[in-house]
Amino acid sequence: MMTNELQYLSILPELILTIFGMLIMVLDPLMADRASRKPMGWLAFVGTLAALGATFYQGTHPVAGTAFFGMVRTDAFSIFFHVVVIVIAALAILSSLDYLETQGIRSGEYYGLILLGTVGMGLLSSAMELVMLFIALEISSISTYILAGYRRRVAASAESSIKYFLLGSFATAFFLYGVALIYGATGSTNITAISQALHNNHISSLTYLALVLMFVGMGFKVAVTPFHVWTPDVYEGAPAPVVALMSTGPKAAAFALMLRVLFGSFGELSQWWLPLIWISAALSMTIGNVGALLQNNVKRMLAYSSIAHAGYLLVAFAAGQDMGIAAAIFYTATYAAMNVGAFAVVSHFASRGERYVSIDDYAGLGRRSPVLAITLTIFMLSLIGIPLTGGFFAKFYVFSAALKSNLVWLTIIGLVNSAIAAYYYLRLIVVMYMKEGDDSVTLVPVPVATAAALLIAAGLTIYLGVMPGGVLGYALLGAQDLMR
Amino acid sequence: MVPVTYYLVLSAILFTIGVAAFIFKRNIITIFMSIELMLNAVNLSFVAFANMHHNLDGHIFVFFVMVVAAAEAAVGLAIIISVFRTRETLNVDRVNLLKL
Repeated sequence: MMTNELQYLSILPELILTIFGMLIMVLDPLMADRASRKPMGWLAFVGTLAALGATFYQGTHPVAGTAFFGMVRTDAFSIFFHVVVIVIAALAILSSLDYLETQGIRSGEYYGLILLGTVGMGLLSSAMELVMLFIALEISSISTYILAGYRRRVAASAESSIKYFLLGSFATAFFLYGVALIYGATGSTNITAISQALHNNHISSLTYLALVLMFVGMGFKVAVTPFHVWTPDVYEGAPAPVVALMSTGPKAAAFALMLRVLFGSFGELSQWWLPLIWISAALSMTIGNVGALLQNNVKRMLAYSSIAHAGYLLVAFAAGQDMGIAAAIFYTATYAAMNVGAFAVVSHFASRGERYVSIDDYAGLGRRSPVLAITLTIFMLSLIGIPLTGGFFAKFYVFSAALKSNLVWLTIIGLVNSAIAAYYYLRLIVVMYMKEGDDSVTLVPVPVATAAALLIAAGLTIYLGVMPGGVLGYALLGAQDLMR
Repeated sequence: MVPVTYYLVLSAILFTIGVAAFIFKRNIITIFMSIELMLNAVNLSFVAFANMHHNLDGHIFVFFVMVVAAAEAAVGLAIIISVFRTRETLNVDRVNLLKL
């Protein structure tokens, strides 16, 4: 047991994010109605930087261990995911700053909600108790429900929000029922205590039911087939920077939750949940990629692509062991970098009222705005998995872990799918460079904040593709901490 | 004393009714109510199990579920109002701008 002061260090990033979130909520009404809310955005950005600093402090100082009666644990695993979600939040804030101006939304709470949602995502990766996991899951979900409906006067945005809300709550109820049953079966809600109980005692049929119900709940949150149907609709209607956030942040956090629950608590039953993961992975990759082929809306295409990427991630789950888990952790980070970047381009390009979101609108972008086109190309190449981009190593580690675990068929399905995926990502690149543009699509110069977000995202994507060693090493540490 | 199984069966029935209502009802408010029903069915399970194990974890969990359900209701109703303002209907079949 740690001393009190040290305990607070283990939730320091969350504390900082909460304070900044509250501060924004309080300051926002004090501003003049018509005033731009950019200062609030910058304040939120400073908050994410401070939280990032706190996370690095955790990483370099000996605060590792459990705190608050085993509620949270700070280790390499939690620190890795904290860095991922906080960076995602920072980039989402940067790309929102000018987006909100363009859309005529004057609201500071928007930034507050991003910060508070990040608190939930962070806690999801460090919680060791199902109560805590449930609350963290809800903090991150409820904030994103609101954010999805932020273009209040637009029917599509409200519809996206209600769909996300109803299906998200539905999934939460399933997850919760699973938690209730596993509590009934083992008499505890602690991740490690459950694992010990399953190891020592006879495994009752209640446990299997609990596992399936929790899998349904988590499947919805990470959007894997057959629980993916909400994804394209929600991503199409929600504001583009919010999609950048919610296709990566809550998703990475939900994958952290899934890793904790499946490997932390139900490791004993891995023979039993493996087929579930196998089928879900194969279906997600196939349906995601085939669905994306048919889309003409960029946001919808990226939504299907996110389903496919969730499938690749599940392949790493199926591979298991340290290497598979490390590959999964590495994949969430890489996917976050490239997807946030892609959506930052989409949110800038969409213009007022999100008019330009179809693939044809991108025609001639290579000539009209070479810089924007090149950055988008980097993200697309990374999403395909071309060498020198992060996406290549992410896929490489996942599939080599899968081969090591003798998942030959799953690897073949994955590789075939990667080839299919190349088609629709390349299609966007071809449209940008080979097709003559229509000058009716207005193009505004890239604002500084968006440019910074793009630069950071592109930089991270290439960094992960050129020197993946350091990050992978840390992911491996995280995997070992998870299995301990 | 009523055996714990009775409570669990009742909870499972309530949960199933909630799921069925979620799938078959067309009014958004009713769908929302069915989610609340599911959450309360889970609460019943928690209390029954807590009684069975003679520990308080389950009771405490119920309080948290109730708080979260309240927060969810606040946000959910706000979202429903914003849907109604833009579409003037609460029928899910007519909230279909985004094709599935």
